[in-house]
Amino acid sequence: MGRYVIRRVLQFIPTVLGTMFLLHYLTSLGIQLTGNPVRALFGDRTPTPAMMAALSERLNLNDPCLTQTGNPCIGLFGERLVNIAQWDFGISLTGQREVTDIIGAALPYTIRIALIGFVFEAFVGILAGVLAGLRSGGFLDYFVKISTTLIIAVPIFVLGIVIREFVAVKFGNQLRADPNFPEIISRGFLAAGYKPDYPWASLFIPGLVLGATSLAVTARLTRTSMVENVRADYVRTARAKGLMPRRITGVHTLRNSLIPVVTSLGVDLGVLMGGAVVTETIFNVPGIGRVAAQSARTGDASVVIGIVTLAALIFLVANLLVDILYAVLDPRIRYE
Amino acid sequence: MTTEAPVKSPSTARFLSQLDMTAPPLEVRNLHVEFHTTSGEAHAVNGMNFVLSQGETRAILGESGSGKSVTAQAIMGILDSPPAKITHGEILYRGVDLLKLSDEDRRRVRANHIAMIFQDALSALNPVFTVGFQLGELFRKHRGMSRQASKAKAIELLDMVKIPAAKQRVNDFPHQFSGGMRQRVMIAMALALEPEILIADEPTTALDVTVQAQVMGLLSELQREHNMSLILITHDMGVVADVADSISVMYAGRVVEDAPVADIYARPAHPYTKALLESIPRVDLKGQELAVIKGLPPVLTNIPPGCAFHPRCRYAKDNCKVPPEPPHYDVDVNRVAACHYWREVIES
Repeated sequence: MGRYVIRRVLQFIPTVLGTMFLLHYLTSLGIQLTGNPVRALFGDRTPTPAMMAALSERLNLNDPCLTQTGNPCIGLFGERLVNIAQWDFGISLTGQREVTDIIGAALPYTIRIALIGFVFEAFVGILAGVLAGLRSGGFLDYFVKISTTLIIAVPIFVLGIVIREFVAVKFGNQLRADPNFPEIISRGFLAAGYKPDYPWASLFIPGLVLGATSLAVTARLTRTSMVENVRADYVRTARAKGLMPRRITGVHTLRNSLIPVVTSLGVDLGVLMGGAVVTETIFNVPGIGRVAAQSARTGDASVVIGIVTLAALIFLVANLLVDILYAVLDPRIRYE
Repeated sequence: MTTEAPVKSPSTARFLSQLDMTAPPLEVRNLHVEFHTTSGEAHAVNGMNFVLSQGETRAILGESGSGKSVTAQAIMGILDSPPAKITHGEILYRGVDLLKLSDEDRRRVRANHIAMIFQDALSALNPVFTVGFQLGELFRKHRGMSRQASKAKAIELLDMVKIPAAKQRVNDFPHQFSGGMRQRVMIAMALALEPEILIADEPTTALDVTVQAQVMGLLSELQREHNMSLILITHDMGVVADVADSISVMYAGRVVEDAPVADIYARPAHPYTKALLESIPRVDLKGQELAVIKGLPPVLTNIPPGCAFHPRCRYAKDNCKVPPEPPHYDVDVNRVAACHYWREVIES
C-alpha cells in the first residue's frame, strides 16, 4: 500500500508540470500571435510607448521571447512556477487586484455550491442506482433509466433556467407573498439567486442543478455495477453460506459495486470544485465559474489563467486522492 | 446488521425436531427444474432421482448442460429464480422436504446442514474481503461469535485444510493465494459449520492436474474425519473412479444410469455411459483416432421425445424414438439403467 501511494504521488509531479507547461505555452502562443494584451486595456485610446512599456513591465509582459512566435519561453515558465509555488498568480489586468484575492473571494461560494451538488449527487445517485440494480427490469429500474436519460439529454442551461423560472421565481413568489410562510424557505431555499442573508440555503437549488447531470451518471453507473454484481459467483457463495439477504446485498454486493462509483464521484468532485460557469451565471452566484466567465469577456487574461491553473491543480489533486481511495477499496490494485 | 443469536429460534427448533435421523441424509425425488428463456422453457432437470446414504460419496456425472449444477443449486436453494423454477419434485433432507420450508428455515439449512463448494474459487470468493473475514463471517452470523473468536476459528479452519502459516494468511485476500490454496479456502468455508452433506460442484476442474489430486485427497480425508456424505459433481471420469462409491450418470436432466462405481466401469448398462467410457483416451490405443460421441447434447428447449439420447445412440430402435421415455430398469440390486436395451449394452 505504502509503495503504491508513493509511486502514485511521484507520477503526480510530472502530470502537474506537464499541465502547467501546456497552459503556459498556450498563453505564450496567444500573446505571440495576437500581440501584447496591454494594448487592449486602452480600448480606443492610443497609449504612449512609455505607458505601454511601464505597464508591460508591471505585468511582466516585456520579455522578448513573447514576440518570437513558437518560442516556448522556458524562462518565463520557470518564473511562473516559482510564483505559483509562493501562491502568487499575478495581478489582474483591469482591476489591478491580486488574482489570488479575486479567487479567494469567489472560492467559498464555489465550495458551498459544489458540496451541495456533490452530496445530492452521491446520496441520491447511489440510492437510485442500487434500488434500480437490485430489481433490474422492474418498474423502479425503468423509472431510473428513463429519468436519468432525460436529465442527461437536457442541457444544463435549459434545466437551470427552467428550474429558476418555475421553482424559484413563480413558485417562490407565491410563497413569498404569504407573510406567514417561514422566510428561510421562501427567501432562502427558494431564492432565484444567491442571497447573502442565506449563504447556504440560497445555494440549495443551484447546487441541485449543478449536481443533476452527475447524479444521473452516478445512478446509471451504480445500476450497471449492481446488475453485474448481483449475479456474481461470490454472491452465490454468500447465499450458499446461508447469510441473510440484507447482508448479502448490503455487504457483499454493495462493497464491490461501489468501487467504480467512488472513482467516478472523486473525479466529479474535482470537476465541481473547478467552478461551474453556466450554473453560477444563471443563479448569479459570485463563484469561480462566474468570475472566469466575466474575466474572459473583459479580456482579463491573468485572472482566467489563474483560475484555469487552480482548477487544473484541484482536479489533479482530486484524481490523486481517487487513485489512492481506489486502492483502499480494491485490494487487487494495492498488491500489484 | 443483526447477529443471529446462538439460542435456537422456535422455528429452528421445530425444524430440528422434524428431522428423522434414520432417514437417508438426502433423497431427491422426481425433481424438475425449468428455466424461462426468450426461446421458450428450457428443461434443465427432468425427473432427477437419487438417494445419498450416510457417509457415501455419490458422483453425479454428465456433460455441460446435463443439469448437474442446476440439481446442486436446487438442493442448496440458491437457483436464480427467475429465470429458474422448480416445477415438480421433493428434496428430502433427513425426511424433511426442503422445498416446503420457509425461506428463513431454508437459509439456516445452508452451511449449517448442507454446504457447497464451487468450481472456480477465485470468482467464488469475494475479492474485496480477506479470507479471514469471509470464514469468520459464518461464525459471527450463524453462531453469534465475536470478531476475535471468529478469527481464531478461521485460523483453525485454514490449519485444518493444511494451508501453511495460517496465522498470517488469514489476513490475505483471495487473489494472494494460488489456485489450489484458494480451493482449500473454499473447502474450509464449506466445512466451517460442520454440515452433514457437502456438495462439491466440479471442485478440481479449474486446477492443475497435480493440484487436483491433492485437493481431492484432502476432500475425501475430511469427509471421513467428519463423517459427511458427499455429492461430487463432475464430468471427469478419472476423478470419479478414485473417490466415488456410486455414480448417477445424467443426460438431458435425467439420471440414465445409477450404479456402484465398480460395476459401471466394468460393465456399463446404458449406451451413453458406455460411450463416455470409450471416449477416455487410452495409452494402449495410441495412434488410433480418439473415440467421440457423435452428435451434440440436446437443446434444452427441445429435448427429443422418447429416450433423449436416441439421436446419438447406436443401439436405438423405433420404440426409443417415441414417448414415453424409458423407465428405470432394475439391472441389479443397487443398479438402474434407463434403457430398453440395457441387456444388449451390458453384454456387448
